Amino acid sequence: MVNDKSNIIQPKLKKQNPAHSWLWFLLPTLFLVALFYVLPVIITFYISGTDMSTATGFKHWNWVGLKNYISIIKHPETPQHLWLTIKYVVVTLTFFNVGMALVVSLLTTHIPKKAGFFFRALWLLPRITPVVVYVMMWQFLAADSPYGVLNQIFFKPLGFKTEYWLLVKPFLFIVLVNGYIGASFGMILFTSAIESISKDMMNASLVDGSTLLQRIRYIILPSLRWPLLFVTTYQTLSLMTSFKEILVLTDGEFGTEVWSLWAYHKALNNYWGNFQWGFGMALSAFMVIIGLILGVIYMRFFKFNELVQEPKIEIL
Amino acid sequence: MKIKRVFSKSIPVTLLTILTLPIILGFLWILVSTFSSRAYGLVPVGPDGKFGGLTLSNWQFLSNKTIWLVTINTLILATGLTIGVVIVSAMAGYSLSRIKFPGRKTVLSLTLVLHAFPSATLLIAIYFVLRWISRIPILGNHIPLIGGFGYNTLGGVILVSIALQLPLGIWLMKGFFDNVSWDIERAALIDGCSRFRTWREIMMPQIKPGIAALSIFSFIQGWSSFLIPYSYMTSSSKATVATYLNNLLTESAPVNYGELAAVGLFQLIPVLIFYIFTQKYLLSIFSGGIKGTS
Repeated sequence: MVNDKSNIIQPKLKKQNPAHSWLWFLLPTLFLVALFYVLPVIITFYISGTDMSTATGFKHWNWVGLKNYISIIKHPETPQHLWLTIKYVVVTLTFFNVGMALVVSLLTTHIPKKAGFFFRALWLLPRITPVVVYVMMWQFLAADSPYGVLNQIFFKPLGFKTEYWLLVKPFLFIVLVNGYIGASFGMILFTSAIESISKDMMNASLVDGSTLLQRIRYIILPSLRWPLLFVTTYQTLSLMTSFKEILVLTDGEFGTEVWSLWAYHKALNNYWGNFQWGFGMALSAFMVIIGLILGVIYMRFFKFNELVQEPKIEIL
Repeated sequence: MKIKRVFSKSIPVTLLTILTLPIILGFLWILVSTFSSRAYGLVPVGPDGKFGGLTLSNWQFLSNKTIWLVTINTLILATGLTIGVVIVSAMAGYSLSRIKFPGRKTVLSLTLVLHAFPSATLLIAIYFVLRWISRIPILGNHIPLIGGFGYNTLGGVILVSIALQLPLGIWLMKGFFDNVSWDIERAALIDGCSRFRTWREIMMPQIKPGIAALSIFSFIQGWSSFLIPYSYMTSSSKATVATYLNNLLTESAPVNYGELAAVGLFQLIPVLIFYIFTQKYLLSIFSGGIKGTS
């Protein structure tokens, strides 16, 4: 889009602005990305091909090629961690990050504005609360009588058996703990999408006497198609790799060791102080590959070309 | 008719209350337990198991020097992160939005992939990078206030946090720059302003709402960040409030949960105040960050 005006000013600007000024603006970013994204990815794949561990130290390690990957495949714990991770991601995503987010945003947009805002603010609380306190809150919700809130308020008065529910249903609790944080992300996106639906369309459907369910089915859901896709892909990645809540809640005990936590334990943090960097890196490399694939898919959903329209001052 | 209307209003509210119950009960519990020595469910109790035992002793940690030390650490971390993210992503966002250069599309798509790419996967590898930085003299671990940029320093944690926050920041800033009128910038450039000066003096004031949104978001992130300080700052004297909490949980026996909740609330208060006053801007981060995507 070069118009006459910019053609006229072209020669003057060229003199004052060296053509590489963009590079100076991008330099800090390129530096940080190289240092903390590119280099770590290379390191991940590189070390995953070695037997580097506390036993070998940083100097006396050997190349082992694909041995770490083979031992992941052969490892007796692999199926259980993999299955748990898939189950955890699918269940949390379906019921909370997408499902609950959708329900909460639908409900909060169908009640008075102030009440809706109040409930959405409540749902944002878990996200901004320090993880240690947030997890402790859940531990005390689940704790056995007389301390546990759920036991004291619901199970005991109703005459049910009281237990430390975290130990009874550990999987349910890692889903709940993460789900109640994760739901707010979708909630905000869905709410703004619902609120941007034109009032005329809503009114027309009201005049036609549609029920709430019909409005949801024929007006709201179709306009949420893109946000739904976005939340699903984006949150799949987040869930797959985020483990800090589980780390604090159970530290992977009681069968809650998801893949990313397994990698973390193997490479950085375990009771025996025997850090198997090579093996842990191979576990991470696996997630890097999935992350990159989903990242590219996600980019396609993003209507990329609309976002990269050319700058209008083209003379540089 | 009237009954039906009341009914149709109260059903969503009831449903919402039920769904939100864990959050409501949980935060009530946090509040109750900070002011009581023990609580049965949500009822503070004394030694005899009856209602009572209200106390302020859980807040005694405020007179302890450690808490203020870690608060200062956390403040440095959050502030450093905020300043760093805003400057670096405003620079990158500006050039990606306003300057045409070869490879611009590639850089943009790379940023987008990074935005989707989960940083936690690189946690272990970044550990090695930080250890290398530690070996650089002075820069690595001998800078006052932030300690340096290597492993086990505040500066290192800030640097990593900035990098992980960048994809979001760049896209947000680019979105806001896209909306600034071209005429202002063109006028400045014609008058002989350099690109850098145009950016700093003309463009930055134009995107104040965007800068506000990104600052708030980064500050909250930095203030409550846990995993990065926990993984890369191992000595307890350099702890942040979040990792200090974790130490309280794992190292003291028996754990005083009331105190833990109080420290948690202490950390939450600034963020909450921040959130209440700025939620308008914070919501614009989501519309700005995913602009043009609906």
